[in-house]
Amino acid sequence: MQTLNNLFLIIAHFIRSLFADPQSVWANLTMDVINFIIVVVIIVLAALILILLERKVAGWTSMRTGPNRLGPRGWFQTIADALKLMGKEDVTPAGADKIIFKIAPMIIFSLPMMTLAVIPYGNHMAPIDLDLGIFYFLAVSAISTLAFLMAGWGSNNKYSLLGGMRAVAQMISYEIPLLFSLLGVIMITQSFNLGDIVKAQHTIPFIVLQPLAFVIYIIAGIAEVNRAPFDLVEADQEVVAGPFTEYTGLRWGLFFLGEYGNMTAVSALAATVFLGGWQGPFLPGWVWFWMKVGVIIFFMMWVRWTFPRIRVDHLMHLAWKVLLPLSILNIFLTGLGIFIYRLVMGG
Amino acid sequence: MSIDKTEELVLNMGPQHPSMHGLFRMIVHLEGETVTEIEPKIGYLHRGIEKLAESRTYTQFIPYTDRLDYLASPHNNWAYVQTVEKLMGVEIPERAEYLRVIFGELARIASHQVMIASTALDIAGWTAWGYAFRDRERILDMYEMTAGSRLTVNCMRIGGMSAEPPAEFWPALESFLDDTPEMLEEYYGIFFGNEIAQGRLKNVGIMPKELAENLSITGPVLRASGVQYDVRKAYPYSIYDRFDFDVPVRYGCDSYDRTIIRMDEIKESVKIIRQAIRDIPEGPIMAKVPKVIKPPVGEVYHRVENPKGELGFYIVSDGSTKPARVRIRPGTFVNLQMLPIVAKGWKIQDVVAIFATLDAVLGEVDK
Repeated sequence: MQTLNNLFLIIAHFIRSLFADPQSVWANLTMDVINFIIVVVIIVLAALILILLERKVAGWTSMRTGPNRLGPRGWFQTIADALKLMGKEDVTPAGADKIIFKIAPMIIFSLPMMTLAVIPYGNHMAPIDLDLGIFYFLAVSAISTLAFLMAGWGSNNKYSLLGGMRAVAQMISYEIPLLFSLLGVIMITQSFNLGDIVKAQHTIPFIVLQPLAFVIYIIAGIAEVNRAPFDLVEADQEVVAGPFTEYTGLRWGLFFLGEYGNMTAVSALAATVFLGGWQGPFLPGWVWFWMKVGVIIFFMMWVRWTFPRIRVDHLMHLAWKVLLPLSILNIFLTGLGIFIYRLVMGG
Repeated sequence: MSIDKTEELVLNMGPQHPSMHGLFRMIVHLEGETVTEIEPKIGYLHRGIEKLAESRTYTQFIPYTDRLDYLASPHNNWAYVQTVEKLMGVEIPERAEYLRVIFGELARIASHQVMIASTALDIAGWTAWGYAFRDRERILDMYEMTAGSRLTVNCMRIGGMSAEPPAEFWPALESFLDDTPEMLEEYYGIFFGNEIAQGRLKNVGIMPKELAENLSITGPVLRASGVQYDVRKAYPYSIYDRFDFDVPVRYGCDSYDRTIIRMDEIKESVKIIRQAIRDIPEGPIMAKVPKVIKPPVGEVYHRVENPKGELGFYIVSDGSTKPARVRIRPGTFVNLQMLPIVAKGWKIQDVVAIFATLDAVLGEVDK
């Protein structure tokens, strides 16, 4: 049991022990490269599985079968789709701002790599154990706004531009309640380190102490990754595909990877901060972690295939007049709770 | 040119655009996301059906009418054959009249289901779309049993019906009617009852009663603006005067009422079909009409209540086997006038929703 729980740590230890000095620069560098590869593999695997899962969930909600031709029960469908994407011609529109147009998908793809690197996948299993973990996570994920705007502007397409503008308006608005909803947890743990936050949930996950913050986080998180009902950025009935309209082949595929990577990252943070991360009985920690992430991702898919798209002005209304006051109220209540707790416990 | 100048964005939506139901095109002038002006452009699906009629015999033209409003093709057949029958003074058998009513109301249900589905889809309710199309499939199956085809049914002839429905048609129809309340409840649960959907549709795209009347809007779009006008009640044709049914009216004048009124109409259609099944007599389904149809010299206009509005046929006969002139008055073509007036000042996504509530079928608009 203990072996299985620490499986990855044992592997890491073994790789380090191959070096003469396990703490040398070369050993550290090797471990960093391996960690990097692991994060990339996580994103690609997540995208492969999630795209298929999304289509299956869509099928279940609307009483269809979903993909069921390729492989057992259609499980190889995404691989075939990825191969098809690679075969597509790489088109750059005539009037496009070529550099911006080409950089945008790379930025989108690189962001989940950076954010997923600080998530603790198990006890002592964060690829990079940052003391400012949450802060770093939010700062990096805010960059994706820029990438959407770059794609929208660089494509030289009016639909793309409209989509890019929507992305800026929406993502900046929802960043604030997202950030504020996490503040309550930080106030309790008094730490920005994700590992410490998970350890603080040893007895009770923060979803019990911070239910309001969890709801705000999930809503703002869905808006942050541009999924329905907040998918105004890529609303195909209005702006065709928003910033992605002009992209083809692998570049478009990178957007897709980035999108599912972002979704995984937001869900992983929710699992870490509110659901107790890798903590859980019987099963190995990393299994618990991915199960919790899976539950949140399934919830997001369920919401996407049930709700229609929200109206633009209602979107802003929700962010500034509902979620923001609620998240500030949550901070206030948390402070009050901590004050009373200390008063009672005599801390 | 100074940097801080704002510019009007002219956006060309369509004819190839995900929400432009067929081949509609509109040029949208945008101030940010707000629409300041809409120029609708039609004609991308123009096939010259009216002109084609002049080189076809009266019977040969029936399949062409299927291609007008292809979501409710029995209605187009019906409007056309009744016009010719009116010109010739043909009395058709009772059973054929009842079958026509059954098929017409089935087509109304199917068309409204597509409308609910496509409106849901235009505000991104994917699942609601799937539910409505799944249920419509059962009506298409019933068409197929009787006439052999599913979309362009072509089930009516001058003087009656093309075929008697087979034995398995009736139980299928009964079970469909029994399931409709459950279906409507499901549509309400997944779509109309949803907070976000109501936010998208309620108080959006207000068309006041006076405006609707002045633009000669017809069909559910008019009735959602508080005008109780239905050709079936106002100028009863076929045997509609024998049935007991209501004309649903709503007074909200907004996108929501224009959509949900179709739910009310489905309920009324079910009522009519149930009465038709109860009363349908035995007998022939074709009147004795000459093999070669040669109406007397003259002209005639006849209108029916298509699911989307008032559908009229105007036929001029010169006494030969081919009509001298056919003119079609499609409901949605006239209803489409309201789009540039009503949608002005709304956001681009509301314009998409308003357009969806018109339930435009471009086959009918462009002819």
